[in-house]
Amino acid sequence: MAIGLPHYLTVAAILFTLGTLGIFLNRKNVIVILMSVELILLAVNINLVAFSIFLGNIVGQVFALFVLTVAAAEAAIGLAILVVFYRNRGSIAVEDINTMKG
Amino acid sequence: MSLAALFFYLFAGVAVASAFMVIASRNPVHSVLFLILTFVNASGLFILIGAEYIAMLLIVVYVGAVAVLFLFVVMMLDVDFVELRQGFLQYLPVGVLVGFIFLAELVLVVGSWTFGAGVTGAVTSAAPEVSNAVAIGRVLYTDYVYFFQAAGFILLVAMIGAIVLTLRHKENVKRQSIPVQNARTKAMAIDVVKVPSGKGL
Repeated sequence: MAIGLPHYLTVAAILFTLGTLGIFLNRKNVIVILMSVELILLAVNINLVAFSIFLGNIVGQVFALFVLTVAAAEAAIGLAILVVFYRNRGSIAVEDINTMKG
Repeated sequence: MSLAALFFYLFAGVAVASAFMVIASRNPVHSVLFLILTFVNASGLFILIGAEYIAMLLIVVYVGAVAVLFLFVVMMLDVDFVELRQGFLQYLPVGVLVGFIFLAELVLVVGSWTFGAGVTGAVTSAAPEVSNAVAIGRVLYTDYVYFFQAAGFILLVAMIGAIVLTLRHKENVKRQSIPVQNARTKAMAIDVVKVPSGKGL
């Protein structure tokens, strides 16, 4: 059986599910949650690129480029916030992040 | 089985296995390294499918920048990661249940989907006469130039935000202040004291 679009969509679906599962399982560790978000974005990128290739339309890859940009910016800002939070509170546990709760 | 199919299953299998290890490994440093392995294999999938530019970008941006950033932060923060893993087994049943339902739904959607006439079974290049990077550049710098600039602004804001968040001014550090240096006069710099002879100061 030739490798077609469903194969790539299945891989992306599995990666997406693993990303959501990672958010569920590591609910206390912000770093692993951020990594899971990166996995989810990677799955979305695989979908975009696969559809772009199999439809013969380059725009999907351009969109994947923008997703990549936003993912990089999100990782940088998220990790910066994490470092500042650790400096102030000495912990990165998710349940400690309630300073803005009021 | 053709060589391309063999490599597809190799890359896909390693990517899925290392993605599993990202969320399952005890040590966050190992998680980051498995994340790098996932990205490398995903870019292998992209090369296999003919999207070379996105594949190289994945290597440069994710493996070269984002994953190393994660690695720095994980190693810099002195956190007891064993304590953070408490409750892993507690959340396991509901997490696996939700994940299984989600995956089943996605597989059902993909499996029962009949693709339209536009979807070809094989890899089709949008512009067969030029390479992938040239084809992307032709679209990116013309039709999507405003989006391209917006992406640049997003990266600029992210850079400024990260610097502003993490920059610290320490109080007792001596710094050079050029305006103060230039404004110095003779009266500010030296103090002429008439010392009487034989008495000292």
